[in-house]
Amino acid sequence: MSTNKRLPEAAACQRAAEQMLSYALEAGADGVEVMVRDGAELEVRLRLGEPELIKEAGSRALGLRVIKDQRPAVTYTSDFTEEGLRRLARESVELASLAEPDPFALLPAREVMARTVPDLDLWDDEVPNLTVELALEWTKRGEAAAQARDKRITNSDGASFSRVVGATAFATSAGFSGGYRGTYVSLVVQPLADDEGGKKRNGSWWTGGRFVSALETPESVGQTAADRTLAQLGSQKVATCEVPVIFAPEAGRSLMGKLAGVTSGGAVWRKSTYLADREGTEVASPLIHIVDDPLIPRAPGSRPFDGEGLASRPNVIVDGGILRTFLCDTYAARKLNRVSTGSAGRGIGGSAHVTTSNLILRAGSTPKAKLEQLPEAFYVTHLMGFGFNAVTGDFSQGASGFWIKNGERAFPVSEVTISSSFDNLWKNVDALGDDLDARSSVQVPTIRVSHMMIAGR
Amino acid sequence: MTSGRGRRSYFPRAGRRTFGKNHPGAWSIISTMAAIATSPLDQIDAKLAERLLAAALEGGADYADLYFEYAAGAHFGFEDGQVKSVGKGVTLGLGVRVLKGDSTGYAYTEELAEDRMLEAARTAGRIAAAGGGAGPVALTRVSGLDLYKINEAPWDRPGAEKVEMLRQADRAARAYDPRIVRVEVGWGESLKDVLVVTSDGKIARDFQPMIRFTVGAVAEEGGQRQTGRSAGAARRGMELFRIEGQSPSEHGTEAARLAIAMLKAEDAPAGPMEVVLGPGESGILLHEAVGHGLEADFNRKKTSNYTDMIGQSVASPLVTVVDDGTLMNARGSINVDDEGNPGRRNVLIENGKLVAYMQDRISSKHFGTQASGNGRRESFRHEPLPRMTNTLMMAGQDEPGDIIRSVKKGIYAKHFSGGQVNISNGDFVFSLTESYLIEDGKLTAPLKGVNLIGNGPDVLRKVVMVGNDFQLSPGTWTCGKDGQSVPVGIGNPTMKISEITVGGTKAQ
Repeated sequence: MSTNKRLPEAAACQRAAEQMLSYALEAGADGVEVMVRDGAELEVRLRLGEPELIKEAGSRALGLRVIKDQRPAVTYTSDFTEEGLRRLARESVELASLAEPDPFALLPAREVMARTVPDLDLWDDEVPNLTVELALEWTKRGEAAAQARDKRITNSDGASFSRVVGATAFATSAGFSGGYRGTYVSLVVQPLADDEGGKKRNGSWWTGGRFVSALETPESVGQTAADRTLAQLGSQKVATCEVPVIFAPEAGRSLMGKLAGVTSGGAVWRKSTYLADREGTEVASPLIHIVDDPLIPRAPGSRPFDGEGLASRPNVIVDGGILRTFLCDTYAARKLNRVSTGSAGRGIGGSAHVTTSNLILRAGSTPKAKLEQLPEAFYVTHLMGFGFNAVTGDFSQGASGFWIKNGERAFPVSEVTISSSFDNLWKNVDALGDDLDARSSVQVPTIRVSHMMIAGR
Repeated sequence: MTSGRGRRSYFPRAGRRTFGKNHPGAWSIISTMAAIATSPLDQIDAKLAERLLAAALEGGADYADLYFEYAAGAHFGFEDGQVKSVGKGVTLGLGVRVLKGDSTGYAYTEELAEDRMLEAARTAGRIAAAGGGAGPVALTRVSGLDLYKINEAPWDRPGAEKVEMLRQADRAARAYDPRIVRVEVGWGESLKDVLVVTSDGKIARDFQPMIRFTVGAVAEEGGQRQTGRSAGAARRGMELFRIEGQSPSEHGTEAARLAIAMLKAEDAPAGPMEVVLGPGESGILLHEAVGHGLEADFNRKKTSNYTDMIGQSVASPLVTVVDDGTLMNARGSINVDDEGNPGRRNVLIENGKLVAYMQDRISSKHFGTQASGNGRRESFRHEPLPRMTNTLMMAGQDEPGDIIRSVKKGIYAKHFSGGQVNISNGDFVFSLTESYLIEDGKLTAPLKGVNLIGNGPDVLRKVVMVGNDFQLSPGTWTCGKDGQSVPVGIGNPTMKISEITVGGTKAQ
């Protein structure tokens, strides 16, 4: 089987974006932003040695934002014919007349636009050449390694391979046009084990990165997945109590995602974060240092410019527990009477909004094993549910993991919740591991919180 | 082919009459119907579909289907007393699925040029090893249902009318209480034209409308903030807003009421308690606790905790659960599913006994049963999976008031933001946004947002009272599975669970 013949080209995307820009200006727009994405994906799922799904496709789309008399409108299309683009330009300008004038809805000032597009080494030539056959082989090896690990592994939710190659271009009448390409490949293995009482236990493990050379071997992924599954056999519910809680990076990432939400400038001007009035004050333990850095070579969340064409730059969000800045796009910055932090993200179908790039909680100095040296604690490997209110900071989530007794992992735990205010959770961090997990665009070490309420039996 | 015979035969537009006619004017530029009035899917003829299916099957696969989609949507966002965003978009594409045994090959294209479509068909067809496959047979139109009757199509109405409705909601929320400091109102309308053609001879065309109205309010007092939300969604027209509780100002008032009520919320207790689930939205418990576990793919693969349990008791005898894709105008209803089968009402659990799983094509072949109308997909970019439609618990005998009065100390759960389940072991959580303490049979203090956690089969065995007050939630529920989102409905009567773990912060 061949791989996709046509590779996404940043230059072609940029030409399309610039073309649309000129059509929209001709149609009477005062300000125009165009985003073009072109991508090709291959997804392969295999289960019990047989292919379950092979999915291959290319996809191209254009998102447009026009401003006319301070009235914005957003539209999108996948029709790249000249006629289609010209029609969208006209319709978008007409559509803007339905909005009301918004003095904050201006394009960024010319002088803040990116001048160059740094090469962040986001493209691996090897990735588009990964064939269906190779994907099947990797998934087979990963699943087989999991199944062979222990006879208590009795079933499989399969192994999945995914590779994405894509180009993104952005053009704006504020004076910027640029594009870049990126690759990403991942492999996940999900074995199952039968537990008592008809319950099944599923664990999983994954490897992923922009470069093939960064991946773990399929065998290593499969074995770790099996070990994580087996470790849950015999899970129990514990009695309701208050104990220290340790978050593995798998669980800690979701805490960081929520923190990014409540430090976003968009949430601040909407009064929808409990941190709205807390800039410059203590919002976390002095151990906490958080940075959003879009310029790390080869990192999953890196981007050479932001969703409005501003130069990417690292931003320190929390420094020694003090909230240093809210991340802002141009709109949030104007609403808050400040300048953008270059943190705009943008999808095809919408306006720019604040997003993080590579969001990093700096590792601490405590070896991971030492974090568990406690008479009693709950080590959380997995969080579940939607129990977080950004406005109040109330936090209550389902959790599973291990019970720690006298520094040892005594037994697996499931079907309990952990609760605290989010503010207290971060202020009560009393140790950070030295084990930063850099696989994804949210990078965290193991996090220990001095106490939280566990609701169980 | 039904009416091929050498001339182009187009696929008829069933149900088109329900959408009214399109009016010109300012609104037409954002009119979804204006786009659908000239749907590119009208250009797909039976001969072309046959060529595509032949290309998909030339590698020797067992089955192929084509899923053409043309979707148009428009939205308004209103905040700070102004229309802040307007937008629209159109999606067009073809997804080709090819099956060989239980293996799926899938490819899609956004260009409906024949060479591109043939390329997608052949790419998907590579799933099969070489060898002669079954060719397409004569196509027969599937008569689907007619569940989306619309009196006043939103796309026929001027934008100004919709903006006025956004203002009404905003005004009502602010008028409710001066402590309301912020209001956001959203409007969404969409129409999806779908054409499914299968190599075993089915043709189905459906036009699927959706309308959505959401209000969010923030209340502030003494540095404390709280939020409230109210929303409605259905496959209806403007008449949705004349249903009790669904008018813009009622949504505005409700969002404000909730935000203000929550200003006085107290810390929720932690630990196992008696819980009364209010009617309507608590159906999320069924969706998470049993719904996903009864999707046939997990049971075919033996990865669900309900595997091999058909005929067995899995819940209290008071529990009857139905997945019903045939409710008129409901958000989760479908005339035909995305594999070309008519929507159906399927009893899943009857008086506590497990009766059936929800099937898609692959799973129904595996179980030797018929399609249940649950094969759904997010878009032409996605392969169908067994999915829920409207998942409901049937009413019982108890008076709702008696159920609350029967609780000495417990929790009354009224509104929810969402839930999640681990299919393999049945552990689920769901998140309360409005709940009250029950003390001596009466609702007392409002409680801060809190999670309930339990195990599906365990909790359903602990259903001890079921009310006679079934309600379908009018909300904007969307279900996610394997990265695909589809609109669903939930509904239930008031019910009492004898014990479930409440994830609060206050030790009892």
